[in-house]
Amino acid sequence: MSIYLNSDSKIIVQGITGGMGAKHTALMLDSGAQIVGGVNARKAGTTVTHKDHEGNDVTLPVFGTVKEAMAETGANVSVLFVPPAFTKDAAIEAIDAEMPLIVVITEGVPVQDTAEVWAYLQGKSTRMIGPNCPGIITPGESLAGITPHTITGKGPIGLVSKSGTLTYQMMYELKDFGFSTAIGIGGDPIVGTTHIDALEAFENDPETKAIVMIGEIGGDAEERAAAYIKEHVTKPVVGYVAGFTAPEGKTMGHAGAIVSGSAGTAQAKKEALEAVGVKVGKTPSETAALMREILQNL
Amino acid sequence: MEGRSRVDLFEYQARDIFEKHGVPVLGGIVATTPEEARAAAEKLGGGTVVVKAQVKTGGRGKAGGVKLAHSPAEAQEKAGEILGMDIKGHTVHRVMIAEGAKIAEEFYFSVLLDRSNRNYLAMCSVEGGMEIEQLAVERPEALAKVAVDPIVGIDEAKAAEIVETAGFAEDLKAPVAEVIRKLWTVFTAEDATLVEVNPLVRTEDGAIIALDGKVTLDDNASEVRHPEHAELEDKAAADPLEAKAKANGLNYVKLDGEVGIIGNGAGLVMSTLDVVAYAGEAHGGVKPANFLDIGGGANAQVMANGLDVILNDPQVKSVFVNVFGGITACDEVAKGIVGALEILGDEATKPLVVRLDGNNVDLGRQILTEANHPLVTLAETMDGGADKAAELANA
Repeated sequence: MSIYLNSDSKIIVQGITGGMGAKHTALMLDSGAQIVGGVNARKAGTTVTHKDHEGNDVTLPVFGTVKEAMAETGANVSVLFVPPAFTKDAAIEAIDAEMPLIVVITEGVPVQDTAEVWAYLQGKSTRMIGPNCPGIITPGESLAGITPHTITGKGPIGLVSKSGTLTYQMMYELKDFGFSTAIGIGGDPIVGTTHIDALEAFENDPETKAIVMIGEIGGDAEERAAAYIKEHVTKPVVGYVAGFTAPEGKTMGHAGAIVSGSAGTAQAKKEALEAVGVKVGKTPSETAALMREILQNL
Repeated sequence: MEGRSRVDLFEYQARDIFEKHGVPVLGGIVATTPEEARAAAEKLGGGTVVVKAQVKTGGRGKAGGVKLAHSPAEAQEKAGEILGMDIKGHTVHRVMIAEGAKIAEEFYFSVLLDRSNRNYLAMCSVEGGMEIEQLAVERPEALAKVAVDPIVGIDEAKAAEIVETAGFAEDLKAPVAEVIRKLWTVFTAEDATLVEVNPLVRTEDGAIIALDGKVTLDDNASEVRHPEHAELEDKAAADPLEAKAKANGLNYVKLDGEVGIIGNGAGLVMSTLDVVAYAGEAHGGVKPANFLDIGGGANAQVMANGLDVILNDPQVKSVFVNVFGGITACDEVAKGIVGALEILGDEATKPLVVRLDGNNVDLGRQILTEANHPLVTLAETMDGGADKAAELANA
């Protein structure tokens, strides 16, 4: 078991012929993930060839549309490596095709575009992860994104993080235990899958025994996650928040401060998490030590 | 970093953008010297004007940064008093000379990105002019909050709902709603994350005017589709090292400590600042000197550019390079370090502690080991590297 992604996931890549798309298609194949094709309207009908994890050539078809790619391959996950100017249209195309899961890796997407995609997605069947995220990995089963698959293998820990490199760091710190699924939700102001969504999924996943939640300064996602944990999460959760010593961001408009309802500081987030019984580490290694202790006592 | 993807505009820039999209504003001209202020007052007709400090902080009125002038000569005099003032740590480099208005009533309006609800929020009140946080706390019922669907936007029906909820007098509903729709145009056409007008006023002759505006732009959107926004950046306020880093496409923020930091990914770099600050407690209280994220997939050149910026910071005593290669390849990072040190030659005198893990780590460590540069120390872990760098900064 795992969340959102497993060995049966059939993945297509929107933007498979671009530099990032090609590079990470190869890495995803190398991890053993089932990549079944790609989309690029201008290169429909062509193919791309990469090696799979056993070193054999894999030739992947490039389709003109997501709908066509789904019909031909049975894909149920799409990973987007589309440039930021075109990400909104690519995401909406995948939503219209009723793709069950889309993972938007692209960094630099205008936030109004993401807001429109999120509004468009309401009431539809698609789950979006990202944008501006490393994606999701279920070690030993599948990878939809850019997380290095060589850090660690399968295990009892579920991980949810805003940050890509901190995800890698934490997986590395706890590599002797391994992970059920690690999901990077992205650091943009609006993301499709939140800490709370991932916590809910990990709570319901029998393979996940404990959860690491990584946050960073800004917004109030961690405070909201804390409130959710109090009501709904029975599994042990360990937290980490980056940015205790970071300088304050530029002054927000007055109106912005009202909406976030919190200073958005690391300290405020730490306190909110500790108030609901989540142990919070001061550093990644201390956080890993807290998790280690929990796992050893399970 | 929270601030990395936003650009806050000065009031005069917001005024100009409002005017471009048909929002009613008063005449206003920016001036950087008392003489320019006088000329601006003359250009506005020579009558009474308001001289307003242009700073990106609130409370300038109380601080003496807004003054009335009844003639161009007086505008010059008042501008002389205000320019150079310090308002909450912001030096006043510019004033706006603005036409005076006979104000009958003051209102409040804003529309902004609502992160928590993943849509937009319009806020409106018939009690404008005061600090809006104060109003929200003391009399929340006086502040209408109306959710805005990002696809539908503020259409006629939504504008009508906003003015109705805010409780405008019957005769003001239509004209205020019209201004609100124009402010919505500003929000979408300029890719703002905040458009705020405080106060929105009714003048004695019945006009609805945006008297003071605040606009925050989305930097991502500026990159993608608003090349003209580059001109709105406050280059005068940027630190010279920050300007240099920006020219090289690096995400750099100057801080006040002694340990230069380079890493990949905002989260890991923020975390590195924390770990170095904690390590510094045992080494004379040394602190991080900067935030520098070389981003994903950085090549040797990017690494060398980053190192160049940091080594040019006279406050830096040691450097900690902390990279976990996901997209970024550790051998590229190592090549960048070796290359930068070769170019600098004898000018390089500051010790570097390097911690690499992830993508191509063995090759990266091998490159550094073979280069065997006397200034470079390889660290096994993030904590160990932070401790070593702090120790070297305190030597």
